[in-house]
Amino acid sequence: MGKIVLVARLTARDIRRHKAQAVLLLLAITAATTTLVLGLALNGVTSHPYQQTRAATNGPDLVAQYGLNLGANGPGSGEVSAAQVQADTRTLTHLSGVTGYSGPYPLASVVLRARGLTVAVMAEGRGQAPASVDQPKLTAGSWVRPGGVVLERTFAEALGVGVGDRVTLDGQPFTVAGIAVTAAAAPYPNLCQTTCRFTGPAMSNSGSLSTLNIGLAWVTEAAARAMGSPQAPLTYILNLKLKDPATAPAVVNQFLSANGGPDGAMAQSIDGTSTWQAISSAAGLLVQDQQQVLRVGALLAVLLAVASVAVLAGGRMAERTRRVGLLKAVGSTPRLVAAVLVAENLALAVAAAASGLVIGWATAPLITNPGAGLIGTAGVPSITPATIGLTVAMALAVALASSLVPAIRAACSSTVSALADSPRPPGRRSALIALSARLPVPLLLGVRMTARRLRRAVLGAASIAVTSTGIVAVLTFRATVDHDLGGASGGQVGDPVATRDTQMLVVIMIVLVALAVLNAVCAAMATVVDSRRSAALTRALGASPRQVSAGVAWAQVLPAVPGTLLGIPLGLGLFLAADGGGVLTVPPIWWLAAAVLAIAAAVAAMASIPARAGARRPAAAILQAETT
Amino acid sequence: MNSTSDSYVLCARGLRKDHGRDASLVRAVDGVDLGVAAGETVAIMGPSGCGKSTLLYLLGGLDRPTSGEIWLAGQNLTLMSERGLARLRRERIGFVFQAFHLMDELTAVENVELPALLDGRAPRTARRRATGLLERVGLADRAKFLPAQLSGGQRQRVAIARALVADPELVLADEPTGNLDSAATAEVLRLFGQLHAAGQTLVIVTHDPQVAATADRMISMRDGAFTNQARPSDGITGRLGALTGVGG
Repeated sequence: MGKIVLVARLTARDIRRHKAQAVLLLLAITAATTTLVLGLALNGVTSHPYQQTRAATNGPDLVAQYGLNLGANGPGSGEVSAAQVQADTRTLTHLSGVTGYSGPYPLASVVLRARGLTVAVMAEGRGQAPASVDQPKLTAGSWVRPGGVVLERTFAEALGVGVGDRVTLDGQPFTVAGIAVTAAAAPYPNLCQTTCRFTGPAMSNSGSLSTLNIGLAWVTEAAARAMGSPQAPLTYILNLKLKDPATAPAVVNQFLSANGGPDGAMAQSIDGTSTWQAISSAAGLLVQDQQQVLRVGALLAVLLAVASVAVLAGGRMAERTRRVGLLKAVGSTPRLVAAVLVAENLALAVAAAASGLVIGWATAPLITNPGAGLIGTAGVPSITPATIGLTVAMALAVALASSLVPAIRAACSSTVSALADSPRPPGRRSALIALSARLPVPLLLGVRMTARRLRRAVLGAASIAVTSTGIVAVLTFRATVDHDLGGASGGQVGDPVATRDTQMLVVIMIVLVALAVLNAVCAAMATVVDSRRSAALTRALGASPRQVSAGVAWAQVLPAVPGTLLGIPLGLGLFLAADGGGVLTVPPIWWLAAAVLAIAAAVAAMASIPARAGARRPAAAILQAETT
Repeated sequence: MNSTSDSYVLCARGLRKDHGRDASLVRAVDGVDLGVAAGETVAIMGPSGCGKSTLLYLLGGLDRPTSGEIWLAGQNLTLMSERGLARLRRERIGFVFQAFHLMDELTAVENVELPALLDGRAPRTARRRATGLLERVGLADRAKFLPAQLSGGQRQRVAIARALVADPELVLADEPTGNLDSAATAEVLRLFGQLHAAGQTLVIVTHDPQVAATADRMISMRDGAFTNQARPSDGITGRLGALTGVGG
């Protein structure tokens, strides 16, 4: 018990005495834990808003699309007869468990033009009277009328149009009568994540038209029927209500097996069926990417936090050499000394985990907006015991991984040398020393400082490589999205998922850059502490304070350069891995060059702060203090 | 600079250095006047904590006085910028420390050539000069040794070689034999003797009478102030100001 009190007392006193270092440690681990909490908070964030939308629109349990002759000649071979549509409707409405339905509604595959943008759209023909199943909920304007079109809300936002704006559908002018949400289809741009058959010529003659992201619009039934043509035949949508919504997947399976599987169903012109569960999941795609981004971001942030804490812990150990000697001299065992040194970081880690949980909990609603395609909000995420456990475990792991080895090393050091506060012997790299003799004085000093503590330089390089990896992955994402959307040529609608992903990536990038900056400051602080004697001596031998501080800054920039360059292939690889092996577009060289230069400049600028402070310390005092 | 101080390489007037303030004020150097002529060796003696090392760092431009003036080769150190002081140390002053202060990761020759490299000299020229100085201090065969592989006396000889690499007008030595055994002390004294004979101006801070005895002048210091001075050949002869000619 006495030992625990002693450890607690020493920990509290030391944290109070070295407040700045403690705050830096706290910030580093808090950044990582907050990112993790945000990633965890996005779990199932859209399920609640989807249910609200489903209730508000009396959403279907099952949606079927059919009416295209898919038999012998494959898709696009023409509209089926009205009798076939009736037969298919009868088959579907007589499935077991069906208690109600709306439709079939004609669905036209058309091209919408508005504000100079061109986009493929499924125009659903609706009656002006409310439907019993799936009556889209208006969020603005009024329901369909002759010459008026209602747009799905996410799609309207992506187009940048509102009620009263003019658009054309296959060249026919329409006025936007209203904006609405539905639970029968996933919001833009994920409409085709569930049943979606675009029959229009844009599929085969796309040119610059993206047929991946299709919008949803509602027009009058007459207008939809008028849009059908042999080149773009109509299909039909049927919304079914089941006695037990949970059985929707079972009903689909039953239907498919009774009709000889998907091919058999297609022979009857029933192109596809979507359960409400599948639509709910597709609606969640809007935040699924975000979640993935945050998880990858949290991983990178954790790696950086480990690097930050390792550098800080190393620096703290260097400053506590004498304290270790004193503890050992009064009878502390190496185990107790190690416990004292590690306890500080563990205490800060627990505080950082708590901060991360609070900040994550408070800021999660800012990023858990389910999107315009659904109504309602996700609300404040609940902090589950699993979230707390995972966050605290991660914070403790970061603290332990980065401080255990230096603590054990310090605890096992010689008491006499620890009392003398003799610095750890520096490493010697003959080739670097010889090479540096040919360089200007600040670079000479920088190279030699780097060579003295090569392990720290490797850690610095690794930390910058992680940041650079994150930044290059963000740039690659941006370049790929730009490429997919046809670059800057315009004429295409923005992708809300890409927009949200970009926002998340920017947040992650800011966290990574902040941590990298913190790392640069910590590494420079450790270098200043570690090289105080050699810096003082160098000044006694004629180097100016500016040359010495520039040397410290160079000592941080030199490992940062290879770290940044290494981040380029790693960032491309990270993007490929996170994208599930999709196709990437390598960012322009000037983007990468600008990123490399910006990182190097940021590291130099940040490192120069402690470097200048260190160079201001009188050299005489340092030299006089070390007389043995 | 007045005519009196013109005759000195190094001249200090009314030098004072305070640490702390109010109740915790400590006057490390208290009104010191000193003139050192070219080629002269001056030993400053006194007990630990009397302020002699602080004085040496002030004279070398490593620390700034609270008041007073220091002139070296016609330049007023107290008016110089940090950059100017750094240049002065590079070109005109050589330091020898009690703790040697060699860079642990550099070999003997690399340590000696360091000030020349800081002065922007070509690596080959700096190496040639360093090798020559190591020969002069009898360590040519130890040029590639790291400080950890050298004895205390050898380390101090490397430090002396380093102090001479820029061919300085003034060498300041802070307890140069403080960490050495008698054999090593004798070797260092022999080197100082050679430097003196070659006309090198030396200011040595020491509490070792054996070292002080090699000087042209010995100055006693206590509580930050000079108390006595003597020439080994003459014995102690009165107050500091009268003898140095700069005090009054």
